[in-house]
Amino acid sequence: MNLFVFLAIAAAMVLIQFVVTRWVKLNRLAWMGIWWVALWAAFSYGINPPLPNSIILLFMAIITIALVAYLSADNEELKQAQDSIVRFMVARQYRVALLIVLFAIPAAVAAWTYVSMNEAPQPPSSGRTIHPPPPSSITFEGTAIDLTTANNPIRELQHTDEAAFAEHVANGRRIYFENCFYCHGDNMQGAGMFAHGYDPLPANFNDATTIAMLQESYLFWRIAKGAPGLPSESTPWSSAMPAWEDFLTQEEIWDVIIFLYEFTGFEPRAQGMPH
Amino acid sequence: MLTIDRRSWLLRLPLGILVLVLVALCSEPVWAAPQEADPEYRALPFISSRVLMWAVAELHLMFAAFVLAVPIFALVIEFIGYKTGDKRYDQLAYDFTKLLSVSFSFTATLGALLTFALIVFYPALTQYLVKIFSWTFLPYVLLFFLEAFFLYAYYYGWGKLSPRLHLFLGLMLNIVGTAIMFIANAWLTFMNTPNGIDEMGNLTNIWEAINNYIWMPINIHRIIANVAFGGAIGAAYGAFKFLGAKTLEARAHYDWMGYIGIFVAICALLPLPFAGYWLGVEIYAYDQSLGITLMGGTFSWLFIVQAVLIGNLFLAANYYLWLSMARIPGAERFRGFIKYLLGIITLCFIVWATPHSLVATVEEARAMGGSHHPILNVLGVMSAKNTAVNLLILTTYVSFLLYRRANKEAIVSWAKTGNWVQFGIFAAVVIYVVFLGVYGYFVDAQTRIGLSRPQVMSVLFAMVSVTVIDIFLFKNAKSRGEIVWGKISARSQYALFFLAITFTWLMGLMGYVRAGMRQHWHVYGVMRDTSVDAFTPTLGFAGGVVSAIVIVFFLLIAIVFFLAGLSGRKDWEPKSGSRWVRAKASAPTEDS
Ligand code: HEC
Repeated sequence: MNLFVFLAIAAAMVLIQFVVTRWVKLNRLAWMGIWWVALWAAFSYGINPPLPNSIILLFMAIITIALVAYLSADNEELKQAQDSIVRFMVARQYRVALLIVLFAIPAAVAAWTYVSMNEAPQPPSSGRTIHPPPPSSITFEGTAIDLTTANNPIRELQHTDEAAFAEHVANGRRIYFENCFYCHGDNMQGAGMFAHGYDPLPANFNDATTIAMLQESYLFWRIAKGAPGLPSESTPWSSAMPAWEDFLTQEEIWDVIIFLYEFTGFEPRAQGMPH
Repeated sequence: MLTIDRRSWLLRLPLGILVLVLVALCSEPVWAAPQEADPEYRALPFISSRVLMWAVAELHLMFAAFVLAVPIFALVIEFIGYKTGDKRYDQLAYDFTKLLSVSFSFTATLGALLTFALIVFYPALTQYLVKIFSWTFLPYVLLFFLEAFFLYAYYYGWGKLSPRLHLFLGLMLNIVGTAIMFIANAWLTFMNTPNGIDEMGNLTNIWEAINNYIWMPINIHRIIANVAFGGAIGAAYGAFKFLGAKTLEARAHYDWMGYIGIFVAICALLPLPFAGYWLGVEIYAYDQSLGITLMGGTFSWLFIVQAVLIGNLFLAANYYLWLSMARIPGAERFRGFIKYLLGIITLCFIVWATPHSLVATVEEARAMGGSHHPILNVLGVMSAKNTAVNLLILTTYVSFLLYRRANKEAIVSWAKTGNWVQFGIFAAVVIYVVFLGVYGYFVDAQTRIGLSRPQVMSVLFAMVSVTVIDIFLFKNAKSRGEIVWGKISARSQYALFFLAITFTWLMGLMGYVRAGMRQHWHVYGVMRDTSVDAFTPTLGFAGGVVSAIVIVFFLLIAIVFFLAGLSGRKDWEPKSGSRWVRAKASAPTEDS
């Protein structure tokens, strides 16, 4: 959040409410416009890191609908608003202002076109499916693994044999820093030294919506099969995640999974739990 | 496959069913061992057969939903009229019922079309389903005839039979209709979560096949959704008549009809999310892959669209209530509240519609440090959404409460205290709901899911207790004047249209989700779709098809409205001096 921007917007609103209204009477239409601009400014500049455009669009659409509903929920106010628009368009005293508005609209479109043509080309945004449904079973080095029932065999040790469990965690740590941290980063935020080169970005395991909401068997699938194993719905861009079945053994993958959870402090999703 | 959007297996026309039954019972050998030459699919020249099936099935379902829903509340309204002796209720119930007979024919025709299309375009699938469910066809046909009997007896018997007998007919109509839907639901839910069959797909237990994982959730979900949908369409009919009304009485009556219709729709809408939740849980329990396809994969985007539509429903419903206050003297007192209610609704709407994973460019994603925004993430999860929807429900209830007391002034001695108690209950519940929402972030998923229950219960508690207090508070209240039905702006009626269209759209969209989540399966995990259409269409395409279906539905509904309106018309009389009259007058001379 960018507190400064919020304060500035709030201050401007207060100013309008208590000072500007002494000279000009503002009807509901004017207030609508003011609120619209204020909220747009808050969403666009007040939040850090900035919201993606698609979200600002969604929010502003909702707000526009709400404001229009408010304006038209009262017959009097609606009439006043309509009258003021008509007055602006026909009254002599507004002629200059009207001309300015008439020119400003196409000018704004032109400016917007110019600016957007000059932006560096970017791949289009995509609603990629990050967590596609897993297949019900996969083969790992020739043996079939049923993903709906597979459990991490190391998990049991957590309560039965703490020393052995710690050993597996240590092994997982070794595997992680030998293989994964280049992309997923040393603190698992997906910001490793290679990360800037990839689209989509390597997963951020600290985020509540990655490993925290997945079952361990799901992770096993994603690590073993990598991006090449993603179903087509995760396209158009398959990720850079390698298929680790060619480099790691089954146990090593389970070990590194344990380490991911130990390091981030998340619990894996239990088997058979609703979403 | 999405084709046989089996949502709508409600095969209606007796003829259509007879075909199936004959097929099932008589020509068993032919169907049991199809010649090799029998095609599994047939194609159409211009439009894919899947899209055709999709459209026919969805249209059939929409009409079926309407035909099942209207008798439910028509009966309730008639009963109120019978108990209170107020003739207006009886008239209103009859007005709703008028819409039934034409809709019933449409449902039947579309059902027949659906059956034929299935047999022609998807013979192998049809044959398989017939084999599994042949047992259910006989009761289905019988019930269908009974439905026709009760429906027409209920309609034509209006005012002609003793009220009790008539009410009984209405009750039977509802029971039979519901039974028909339950049977049809068994067929289509089986395609989602097949049960009661062996490895080879052969039937082992018919009851298990019927009572599969999502049969009951779908049954319940559909009953509720049908009522919401039927109420909204009924309200749209009221709006349609209101806008065309020539007299003040007609305006007043149809204004009232629209109000009752939308009241029914909103009441049914409130429990719907919970029924949907149960359905989702059962789908997960059946197969986690199916569940993730539904909520996590491509289809999750449709849930964002759903959230936006539902947000709009709440907004439009409140908007309608606010405009409705124009017809009540004394409502000016509450005008000032509107902006706060609207503020809360907008805020909740935004939270409710915030997607979990975002559409973002790489640069935006990089700035956010991943595909998820650290702040939006807080809004994208279940705890936030549940809180938002509970507050939406509560706010809508407050709008209604203000509407209810708009022209009343309490005269009981404890009026002030009563108001404060009501306010206290609201405040406490809001705080509690928000607290649970926030608390949800700090506990594990299992506990979090458990929190949605106390949230719902406390909101229910608030609504019930405040209503009870309100009833006593405004007993014998001083009135500032009667409600002036018909004194309302046309905008409110367009809001009713908006609500009806949104409900319909929502239904089409979620119907697609339910059907589409099977992806390349006809019967999930049992019978593969091997046709050329065995792919999941893009969201844009699916949205386009659903929208087209909604448009066609409203064209058909316009016909229903027109035909239903005819019965209220005055007898036709020639205008004096018109050419037609002269022609008629001169006709005999020509004849002679
Ligand atoms: C070349 C860079 C790279 C390396 C090395 C790498 N990953 Fe990944 N990883 C990715 C990318 C990119 C994604 C995909 C993110 C997406 O799909 O949005 C990903 C996704 C994942 C996911 C899925 C997370 C989810 O939420 O679905 C897991 C689990 C994972 N990686 C674990 C590992 C492990 C364990 C290692 C080391 C053995 C590893 N990764 C090494 C780039 C890499």
